[in-house]
Amino acid sequence: MADDHEHQTVPSDIALRVKALESVLVEKEMVDRAELDAVVDTYENRIGPRNGARVVARAWTDPVYKARLLANATEAIAELGYGGAQGEHMVVVENAPKVHNLVVCTLCSCYPWPTLGLPPVWYKSAGYRSRAVIDPRGVLREFGLEPPDDVEIRVWDSTAEIRYLVLPERPADTEHLTEAELAELVTRDSMIGVATVASPRTGDAA
Amino acid sequence: MFAEPWQAQAFALAVTLSGQGHFTWKEWAGALAGELTAAEARGESDDGSRYYHHWVAALERLVTEKGLSDAPVLEERKAAWADAYRHTPHGKPVVLGRPD
Repeated sequence: MADDHEHQTVPSDIALRVKALESVLVEKEMVDRAELDAVVDTYENRIGPRNGARVVARAWTDPVYKARLLANATEAIAELGYGGAQGEHMVVVENAPKVHNLVVCTLCSCYPWPTLGLPPVWYKSAGYRSRAVIDPRGVLREFGLEPPDDVEIRVWDSTAEIRYLVLPERPADTEHLTEAELAELVTRDSMIGVATVASPRTGDAA
Repeated sequence: MFAEPWQAQAFALAVTLSGQGHFTWKEWAGALAGELTAAEARGESDDGSRYYHHWVAALERLVTEKGLSDAPVLEERKAAWADAYRHTPHGKPVVLGRPD
């Protein structure tokens, strides 16, 4: 019939499954549609790696804050206004000339949402999850990072309870930068540990 | 961040249900890890692109295990939505014509 074309495209099977879940749970008043929208808005628009970058920049410029951050990350991060789901038990691990930290979740995709937002696709891949522990140097090489042999690579496996954030090394030639300018240099990948923070002058990683 | 709207909806459902105490986040992580492991055991290539498919499967599993709904209800509701799309004229909002 000609008017078949007037009707709507049926969504994919997976989209229909989600619609079924949502409508049944809303109907039973187990979830509220406005609350669901607010969650999506928060994660799409309000949180992301800029939050973590501010934490890192503060730690670089304020040694007292940095000491608090390494001693009790959850509280120190909350001082900057970041906390909540998947950030309740934070641990910050500090990179140093002879230590490079790498974060993974081998079981699924645990990740510090309040400071980094939602994880990138590669973080959730089976390849990254399985190889980060077995062959961290191989994984880092794929990200273009080759720490010298005398640098210890520490791999931190996240759990449903504990989430890790890497405090990268402050790059050279940044003494003149403000905290806000420093935050601009800090990338998501450097806080997962698959990158370092590049110096603004040379572009070379620290 | 979310490739398609259903991914955002599924994400929000898990976060909200857990926030309201219907399951702990530890239970959630266990369910999701179970789906990921099962997919690997089936030999599915997992480059992360099907992550939210596994997320939805974990959500369905926990929702039924916790008695929030059951599989036949969800299956029936899914069919009702498909039907509603097929019978709603283009440009009109799709609503379920449930007779209850």
